[in-house]
Amino acid sequence: MHLELVKRPEVSRVMMVGSPVLAVGLTVIFAAIVFALQGKDPLAGVYYFFLEPLTSSWSIEQLIVKATPLVIIALGLAVCFLSNNWNIGAEGQLTVGAITGSMLPVLVPEFASPATLPLMVLMGALGGALFAAVPAILKTRFGTNEILTSLMLVYASGLFLDWLVRGPWRDPKGFNFPITIAFNDAAIPSTIPIGPLYLNLSAFVALVLVAVLAVTLGRTLKGFEIRVLGQSPRAGAFAGFSARRMTLFAFMVSGALAGIAGILTVASEIGKLQPVISPGYGFTAIIVAFLGRLNPVGILIAGLVIALSYLGGEAIQTTMQMSSKVATVVQGMLLFFVLACDTLILYRVRLVGRAPKEPARA
Amino acid sequence: MKKLLLLAGTALAVALGATAASAQDKTKACFIYVGPIGDFGWSYQHDQGRLAIEAAFGDKVETAYLENVSEGPDAERAIERLARDGCDIIFTTSFGFMDPTIKVAKKYPDVKFEHATGFKTAENVGIYNSRFYEGRYIIGQMAAKVSKAGMAGYIVSFPIPEVVMGINAFMLGAQSVNPDFKVKIVWVNSWFDPGKEADAAKALFDQGADIMVQHTDSTAPLQIAEERGLKGFGQASDMIKFAPNAQMTSIVDDWSAYYVGRVQAVMDGTWKPENKWGGLADKGLMMAPYTNVPEDVAKAAAETEAKIASGEFHPFTGPIFDQDGKERYAAGVVAPDGDLLGMNWYVKGVDDKLPQ
Repeated sequence: MHLELVKRPEVSRVMMVGSPVLAVGLTVIFAAIVFALQGKDPLAGVYYFFLEPLTSSWSIEQLIVKATPLVIIALGLAVCFLSNNWNIGAEGQLTVGAITGSMLPVLVPEFASPATLPLMVLMGALGGALFAAVPAILKTRFGTNEILTSLMLVYASGLFLDWLVRGPWRDPKGFNFPITIAFNDAAIPSTIPIGPLYLNLSAFVALVLVAVLAVTLGRTLKGFEIRVLGQSPRAGAFAGFSARRMTLFAFMVSGALAGIAGILTVASEIGKLQPVISPGYGFTAIIVAFLGRLNPVGILIAGLVIALSYLGGEAIQTTMQMSSKVATVVQGMLLFFVLACDTLILYRVRLVGRAPKEPARA
Repeated sequence: MKKLLLLAGTALAVALGATAASAQDKTKACFIYVGPIGDFGWSYQHDQGRLAIEAAFGDKVETAYLENVSEGPDAERAIERLARDGCDIIFTTSFGFMDPTIKVAKKYPDVKFEHATGFKTAENVGIYNSRFYEGRYIIGQMAAKVSKAGMAGYIVSFPIPEVVMGINAFMLGAQSVNPDFKVKIVWVNSWFDPGKEADAAKALFDQGADIMVQHTDSTAPLQIAEERGLKGFGQASDMIKFAPNAQMTSIVDDWSAYYVGRVQAVMDGTWKPENKWGGLADKGLMMAPYTNVPEDVAKAAAETEAKIASGEFHPFTGPIFDQDGKERYAAGVVAPDGDLLGMNWYVKGVDDKLPQ
């Protein structure tokens, strides 16, 4: 007897919903096994990893804080990936957005008005978009591989930030440590109380962007153009769509969103520039984008799930003294199961019985 | 199924409630590490300090930690989580945790905070550090005596004053033996990146250095030295297991006494924020056994160590010249602590340029 995968005649609607649920279920079971192998109580481990972060308003706030940049960046990446443009450099676009957005509070700290923050976000978006245009133009003009160029520019941007905060932008009163002056209050997004939760303005920006992207991708000609060019550039060309212009458009949208995420993270979470401003949001967002099936609402959910796995990872460390590596293993399992279970959307499993034995010879 | 879940949930709640109740009269000491405990360097040594607290107080304490916490937006959440989890004292053990520590401390005035290697204090935030430069002066002398090439390779993380001070102390030590001693510097922009550190070590050896010095936390550079049959120095912990034939000594941080003392102060209700800068004198800093070197080198090193520990000699004693040949400290003048903590210039003979 063995299992066989049979291609379904059409995409299974049940499995579209069922596959992520199944994946999460399998992750929970295997996480419990990993916890048990560590010599820890698996039930308590599952509780702390998956549920404890949802039990207090503080940790829910933190969950949203962590998910916000991931969702914003992943939305932009979805536009790129759907149109078959492989932007791996969101981390760099985030960094440049954070730098250009910080120009106001760092270089003209006396400019503090209600316009400060919107201007910062705008400049962050612009910086990210222009930085993302570099690999796009290299691809359309010279045919370079955008995966490599966008990735390499991540390191360039990181070193540029490093140079800035150690050199020209260094706080003169900071004992030569690599930090800029603290942002003024007008440059820091306010928190808004919603019931028992205090949510940062950034979270609402993320929600608005999810709605905008959902409408754009699902209901407009531009969204159709993005998908057609992604699936079949030739068909797109017949429809009069330009793949080159789409590359530039997708990269710039993606860069702008990464830039917005960068400046919002810096302004709301750090309040100044320093050598490290992101724990790899730009890379994690790639996982979020795929986990969310390149769908804005899916990305919102995926962002929250990934954020939960970070908070849960911290919870099992502090309460059960498990290594931070265990959290990374569980995150890896989650991604693995999601991708593996997706197979069931296009295929179904059939149990094949052993072929009947040949009658014994006389 | 539903019933089963409910049952499991109740059992869990009871179990957790029980541990929470028994934990109330204990003092809870918590730690934030920038690297993994398994770095066998910086974070490992801090964790040894945590274990020392457990050993010293047994049932009277409880400890917790978060490892591998990035010095970016995650830091504040990590520290706040510990503050919310009922920690009485929280040690944040890397420079980049400075502002998040101050921020969280403001929100939780009843929790005590101790931040390593920074400069900001508050009513409930003390700072502490170790005079690593003392050890670096000693290894500088040793390097100059042992090196045949007259050149050491030096792997460094970030150009913050702490690191610059270390390079200068190393060079002053080396120059006291061989005025023409050279050092080649590679910045890896990370505290812990075994891959990058190993590549840097290989490159430095290929360029003719025969001694490896590191201001990064992994054992990789020393292991490369071991492979090549060359020599080097450990960092933060005794790394002799990883390089039995290559390690000449290691500058070992020992936080145990300090941590135990601070937790005791919390228990006694006498804790006050302080600015503690220990060193060889109070054994916050120790040199691993001098091995793999000729006897006279080991003896000279031990002598220098004793002189620094007793206060007879300070590594930053003039005359000291900077790279441009300008005299920074006249003969006999000792650099004040404030200058050392903000050091952003190289002494004469360092072949590298600091970002200005």
